[in-house]
Amino acid sequence: MAAVERKILLKHADEDYYSPSIDSYLEQGGYEGLKKALAEKPEDLREAVKDSGLRGRGGAGFSCGIKWSLVDRKSGKPIYLICNCDESEPGTFKDRQLVHKDPHQLIEGMMISAFANDVALAFIYIREEMPLGAKILEKAIEEARAKNLVGENILGSGYSCDIVVHRGAGAYICGEETGLIESMEGKRPYPRIKPPFFPAVLGLYQCPTIVNNVETLCNVVHVVNMGVEEYTKIGRHGNTGTRIWCVSGMVKNPGYYEIEPMTMKEFLYDVCGGPLPGRKFKGCIPGGGSMKILGAEETYTDREGKSFSFDEIIVDYDGIAAAGSMSGSSGMMILDDSTDIVEALANITAFYAHESCGQCTPCREGSLWTKKITARMCTGGARPQDVDLLYDMAGNIGGRTVCPMGYSTTWPVQSYIEKFRDEFDSKAQANECGMKSFDERLIEK
Amino acid sequence: MNLSAETLEKIETTIPKYPEKRSAVMPLLHFVQSEQKYISNEAIEWIAEKLEIEPINVLEVVTFFPYYRQEKLGTVHVRVCRTLSCALMGAYKLGDELEKALDCKMGHTKEDGSVTLEYGECLAACGTGPVVLVDEDLYEKLNQTEAVGPMLEEIKKRAQAGAATE
Repeated sequence: MAAVERKILLKHADEDYYSPSIDSYLEQGGYEGLKKALAEKPEDLREAVKDSGLRGRGGAGFSCGIKWSLVDRKSGKPIYLICNCDESEPGTFKDRQLVHKDPHQLIEGMMISAFANDVALAFIYIREEMPLGAKILEKAIEEARAKNLVGENILGSGYSCDIVVHRGAGAYICGEETGLIESMEGKRPYPRIKPPFFPAVLGLYQCPTIVNNVETLCNVVHVVNMGVEEYTKIGRHGNTGTRIWCVSGMVKNPGYYEIEPMTMKEFLYDVCGGPLPGRKFKGCIPGGGSMKILGAEETYTDREGKSFSFDEIIVDYDGIAAAGSMSGSSGMMILDDSTDIVEALANITAFYAHESCGQCTPCREGSLWTKKITARMCTGGARPQDVDLLYDMAGNIGGRTVCPMGYSTTWPVQSYIEKFRDEFDSKAQANECGMKSFDERLIEK
Repeated sequence: MNLSAETLEKIETTIPKYPEKRSAVMPLLHFVQSEQKYISNEAIEWIAEKLEIEPINVLEVVTFFPYYRQEKLGTVHVRVCRTLSCALMGAYKLGDELEKALDCKMGHTKEDGSVTLEYGECLAACGTGPVVLVDEDLYEKLNQTEAVGPMLEEIKKRAQAGAATE
């Protein structure tokens, strides 16, 4: 049987009967989860989210329940909740769908999470490049406020919480939670050093702060609605719930797909339609531009020493981790045999060079040099020893910076070279000019 | 500072939303830039005074974020996504086409101030690449020739409308 999607978060989003309005959401049983939650004790809700096994959908895949449990509740300071909608990892566009098509699901998730954590003021940090999304959210919040679902004394429960939409201004680094917090405070978004600045203890205005991804917060609604027992039946142990994968690049049917864990073969062929006619998959970048590439011809070995092929990789947190990469923000970019791997890397390194905040020297300087070297490999002027130089240099960035962006610069360079060394060597030696594949190929469908 | 009543009202209602005034620096910059098309030195000082911070605290934010401009943006702001997924789908070729069709150099604003054309980083619409953001509107699947035409018409229409009001 062909593998199919399992739509929970996106159940209504693309249906004809559905719109982003509150009436549409209420017709489908919206805000029932909030009503249910308000009748419970906050600590029970926190426990439920922990037991549900819900993991963060933004990148690191950390348990949402544990993240909440780390919040300092004894400080006497206010606790803040921030929804991270600064979706800027290359290849990721799931939050865009959730915000544009079903904003009330997010707002309900935020209100439940806020109530569960005694939060009185919540924020949505939305990237500047989604101006329409910000407007939709603002309208949705007003609609919810008019129905007493946001604001003072929500549904007569005595609980009050407001949501403020805060727009970014085009910086990738604001997706890093401490950078985001700095930006919310009106400063340059330089990530903070941990320890001591764990947001759960010293976050926004030095108060305990929870930063959750859009998709994570939307999942909270379903944990409450379904109950822990039903929710944990979705997915597999350690990878509960569905995930929305964003597929782009050289594949027949790019798009966003909400699925339970399945194999890479099922996903790429049954769900995404396979490669373009006459092409072969070369590899996939599984979780946004910063993640290590998975080669299609490669043999992988898991921790127990069992080997498996690209087709057998299970598309979820642990499955992709077993193959040596990370599911990150679930932005899957597919490369095929027509793609020049060096050009692909040159494109990715240009992104990270542009987006390095400049606070830490290894990342600021290193990202620029990875960009310069990969660019000269593509446009002429590279030297044969450049491949080793590039590889060595990249290894000195990750882990030597305040935030994990150092790894975003390191991982692509290292993994592309390790897996496609021949192409790098021949490109560095040939000294050819021209970004061929990007310029000349126009895809006809 | 010469700001419209509408913008001033937005500014006044936004500041109290935040527990600390300084947090309003980004929204205020957004409001000012959307009206004046750039952030002037006068605006920086005005915002600083409004939020009771030093002008340097505003300037450091302006100079960090790619979206805030200290030089006037064109009437129409066209951003072509150049990151990997869009690049694979022909973003660079599209960029060349737009340069020609709009008679505007990539990364520049036309001399008459009508159009700013530039490459941008990932716009988070990778499944339908290549994509272009025209002011606040997203255009998708622009490797199909029939998709580019309507976008170009819209850009030209907005540029003309802008010229007529000035």
